[in-house]
Amino acid sequence: MVSIRPLPIPTPNSEPFWNGLANHQVNLQQCNDCRAWVFYPRSHCNGCLSPNLTWRKVAGNGTLYTYTVARRPTAPQFIDETPQLIAVVELNEGVRLNSVMVNVLPEALFIGMPVKPVFHQQDSATLLYFEPA
Amino acid sequence: MGLKGRAAITGVADYKNVRNYTGKRKFFLEQWAELTQMALADAGLSKHDVDGLCCAAIPESTMFAPATIAEYLGLQVNFAETVDLGGASSVSMIWRAAAAIEMGICEAVVCAAPGLPIPSNPNPLPKDPSRVYGSTSAKWGSPQAEYDVPYGNVAQNAGYALIAQRYAATYGYDERALAKIAVDQRTNAQGNPKAVFFGEPITIDDVLQSKMIADPLHILEIVMPCAGGSAVVVVSERLAKKCQHRPVYVTGFGERLTTRSVTYADDMTVSPVGPAAASAFAMSGKKPKDVDVLEAYDCYTITVLLTIEDSGFCHKGEGITFVKENGLTFNGSFPVNTHGGQLGAGQAAGMAGGMSQPVEGVRQIMGRANGRQVDNCNAALITGTGGIMSEQSAIILEGA
Repeated sequence: MVSIRPLPIPTPNSEPFWNGLANHQVNLQQCNDCRAWVFYPRSHCNGCLSPNLTWRKVAGNGTLYTYTVARRPTAPQFIDETPQLIAVVELNEGVRLNSVMVNVLPEALFIGMPVKPVFHQQDSATLLYFEPA
Repeated sequence: MGLKGRAAITGVADYKNVRNYTGKRKFFLEQWAELTQMALADAGLSKHDVDGLCCAAIPESTMFAPATIAEYLGLQVNFAETVDLGGASSVSMIWRAAAAIEMGICEAVVCAAPGLPIPSNPNPLPKDPSRVYGSTSAKWGSPQAEYDVPYGNVAQNAGYALIAQRYAATYGYDERALAKIAVDQRTNAQGNPKAVFFGEPITIDDVLQSKMIADPLHILEIVMPCAGGSAVVVVSERLAKKCQHRPVYVTGFGERLTTRSVTYADDMTVSPVGPAAASAFAMSGKKPKDVDVLEAYDCYTITVLLTIEDSGFCHKGEGITFVKENGLTFNGSFPVNTHGGQLGAGQAAGMAGGMSQPVEGVRQIMGRANGRQVDNCNAALITGTGGIMSEQSAIILEGA
């Protein structure tokens, strides 16, 4: 191991998201005023700048918006994980997030693939990975 | 709206790009002094004409960069700006300089981007842990630290690979066409002795047989980091008339920023260069067919493809056909990155890679691009790309 894997450090705004993952559920913010779903967690809605956001539990299902098979580590901290299946997932609520695909061969991946959440324990953090639905 | 085309670039300077630099190491302040001296000599101006400067961050001073540079060079300026737009910084420096000159607050602005290695510190500081992922911020509270880094989506290669994969799924893909961009630009580099790949032409098969880094990007579709650096001098119409070369007027510009991580782009296959280039064309009264050369920021082959499409040289989704049907070499039907681009000439460190495109556009219009000169070159579109294809700037340059 050259370096340890970087972990997220929650902020006061994002704690409900990371605490949700630790409890194996996906929490997203929704704007009370324009109804937009908001990701990543924010103080204000990035649709209308309203501060009136409510945390809601969602299923976490979505589709694979795009992916790459990184055959060289994107940083030395990921050297033990090549090839990295780096993914961008679009949740059914419409927001997109960075993730990693698991339980699938690289050649089986395709854009538009239905995916479901995998709560991946990485040291002290729970990350939101995905697998084929 | 916008520029009247009354500010011109009249002098340029650049170092030779070198992969394994063994020359004298210089602080950015020293490089600023040297590049400024060279660019002013090229313009036929003296230090006493300079009353403005645009810079990017310098390693010697995390704050007060313009004042530190002014002090070191002995300048007193009416206009100073630190531009923080990644690879778009250089092009954005130039339009800011032109706008300041047209407003009448200054007459000669130096825009420089050093990129040679600095001397080794005899008392090295511990590595800043928040900078371990290069340009991706690892600082607490940064959205990148929280939502990009833990998933390994760091630095640039993965982001542009994600863009290319989405493009392929949306519009189709031809890896030979993407490879041709790198090949044609490498051909252009054969006319540029300052290019790192001078004397090393390549073929499409070379590109496709090179190492896959992140699907679908091969290593020969990714810029080669190197040492280098360059500068331009932007001046008023009055000073332009004293210039020893053909003045190159800045007649239009545009700028567009959207996100930091491309993950959150409205449509990952559409570059914000579209609105930036549209603004530049509208301001200058030119259309895509009116420019003789495109000097496009080219961190990856996909960046060039999307810049060609979204700047309006062909319809969306038809870039691959366009690239296959056109020669992108300096003597081809659609010259692109005639110095080799950053793919063929190297990407100088700091923000210097993005200054190579305007410097080359100026040399072409001045008629000084020996060995790679485009015939009758009078107008150019120059683009800069920062972030992960999320910060874009564009300028139109025209010869007097």
